[in-house]
Amino acid sequence: MREVSQSSITYSNFLNAAGELTQSLPSFASQDALISLYQHMLLTRLFDLKAINLQRIGKLNTYASSLGQEAVSVGIGASMDKEDVFCPYYRDYGAQLMRGVKMSEILSFWKGDERGNCFSKCENDFSICVPIATQLLHATGVATAFKLRKQKRVVVTSCGDGATSEGDFYEALNIAGVWQLPVVFVINNNQWAISLPLDAQTHAKTLAQKAIAAGISGEQVDGNDVVAVKFVVDRAIAKARVGNGPSVIEALTYRLGDHTTADDANGYRSQDKYGEVLQQAWKEEPLLRLRRYLFEKKYWSEAEEEQLKKRYHATIEMAVAEYLALPKPTITDLFDYHYATLPADLSEQRIEAEALFRLHEIGKE
Amino acid sequence: MTEITLIDAINQALHYEMHADKDVIVLGEDIGINGGVFRATRGLFEKFGAERVLDTPLAESMIAGLSIGMATQGLKPVAEFQFMGFSYPALDQIINHAARLRNRTRGRLHCPLVFRMPYGAGIHAPEHHSESTEAIFSHIPGLRVVVPSSPARAYGLLLAAIRDPDPVIFLEPTRLYRLNRQKVPDTGVALPLDQSFLLREGNDLTLISWGAMLRETLLAADALLQKGLSAEVIDVATLKPLDCDTLVFSLEKTGRCVIIHEAARFCGVGAEIAAQLSEKAFFSLKAPIQRVTGYDVTVPYAQLEKQYLPSVERIINVVDQTLGFA
Repeated sequence: MREVSQSSITYSNFLNAAGELTQSLPSFASQDALISLYQHMLLTRLFDLKAINLQRIGKLNTYASSLGQEAVSVGIGASMDKEDVFCPYYRDYGAQLMRGVKMSEILSFWKGDERGNCFSKCENDFSICVPIATQLLHATGVATAFKLRKQKRVVVTSCGDGATSEGDFYEALNIAGVWQLPVVFVINNNQWAISLPLDAQTHAKTLAQKAIAAGISGEQVDGNDVVAVKFVVDRAIAKARVGNGPSVIEALTYRLGDHTTADDANGYRSQDKYGEVLQQAWKEEPLLRLRRYLFEKKYWSEAEEEQLKKRYHATIEMAVAEYLALPKPTITDLFDYHYATLPADLSEQRIEAEALFRLHEIGKE
Repeated sequence: MTEITLIDAINQALHYEMHADKDVIVLGEDIGINGGVFRATRGLFEKFGAERVLDTPLAESMIAGLSIGMATQGLKPVAEFQFMGFSYPALDQIINHAARLRNRTRGRLHCPLVFRMPYGAGIHAPEHHSESTEAIFSHIPGLRVVVPSSPARAYGLLLAAIRDPDPVIFLEPTRLYRLNRQKVPDTGVALPLDQSFLLREGNDLTLISWGAMLRETLLAADALLQKGLSAEVIDVATLKPLDCDTLVFSLEKTGRCVIIHEAARFCGVGAEIAAQLSEKAFFSLKAPIQRVTGYDVTVPYAQLEKQYLPSVERIINVVDQTLGFA
């Protein structure tokens, strides 16, 4: 018997939970760059808190929080070029905001308005994908187009840990490997798929190792360390851009909040069993450690933080106002976007629906 | 000009459009060097190369999801599922994404793509190779569902399907692949995607069908002629969106109608057609609208498929009942 294959999975981290360096910072991590990463995470956090608040007061429908996931998303956003394409799952507002998706659009989406997906300043990215792992295949298709057209563009796609059990996950990794596509798969392993903890999701020691079966490289990164996330995503994107194929990055985080606002994690994540884990997760969360580091280095101060928060609150309130002021979609919007040209049978239904609606409105007057 | 089969016509359309439009990409299992299990794509790999004729790994959801991604970038993927019965793993991608992307992004992203698939029974194929589940796709808003029934219509409809900016399910009746030959000029002229075709004019009743069952339907019409009765025969061709006007127009003339399809009856496309006709042509009806269909059973293995598929006799039997109403 002889060994025919060998593999290993690495783990990257630069900043530990105490805000101390575990190794010297990568070259991109200038003072300005670090402050910028921190600011994007802070904005994402504040936006998220506002969205949850809007849901609680009845001004938003079910919403999926990005609490504790900011470093993964901002790391992705900071690594991508504008002309790249992002196929996100639903905890990636950080990257979406950095790429030009408007807060009002994200809010509209979660208010049940398709216009929220019609990004006015981020025309090429996919909107949030709700069925799990299907977006990974879209990413491979976009990457195929880039490759066939010999464009130096890259696709980044994200998913959660639960998605790695889906068939589409494996099918996407497989085709990306076979065709050496310019795509980066980022798994946000936040340990929970709604109520299912990771150890009930997989017997694999890491999710990154699932890449090995597809013949592509996989690695783990501290998903609470935005520097580390940007470092590994940068590297994977650079590799993809020069035609050296896909990568899988498993970012380790913790879902600090409920699955969505329609969920109550206390039902399956009891204080008894998970109290300590949660306490530890809060100690490890991404903003805290970078803020500590920035404070320690005197790159950032309490006063600057407060001032920025004020500015961000104003930005968010403006976005909320814009979102709330958006006129309701009209009844004809039901019909007008299914086909490039409205088929005759659908046109009949459109006329009927509009007439009935008008009649009803007249009745109310 | 030589006469060609339906499968040749599909091949001819693919050659034409790949030559005319460099954004057209053909992909699927065994479609490249092998030219497809039915040879629909033969010669494309040699002519257009491995960058436009993509042999994929064996994963249908991947083929669909990948096509969606490519289509959003302005490519026009024409993907082949080896048989309709193997398209089901891709339903998630087709229903949840291909059909919805334009609507859910309010037109920002859309999917100009074609999913081709051989379908139907009658060629003694193994299990899962004889499905006729067009109703599944026809039910889904955002899709178009097209079924050719002659070489010329296969050519013209496939060109139209590829040029359409929205996802098209293109169902190819395997039983007709090599059954008849026809002259099909390679002019690149597409047929309309939203029209049914009047194959034969008649006065006594309307026979409505699509795909391979048009063969039996036309034979039944021949038999009726011998009895001095003329049947109007319509090839629905595009199941979604349905060209109900053509059907209503015919029914207003004949007052009697039989719908023939090989798919199971329950919730089959025939049910939708019957419902629409009873809504729109009720006062023209001289007899109940009837259906001759596959039974509501699993498509049988080869031994019983002849008994499953509507025969000329079964059609004539129901036609006689329809004509029997005073």
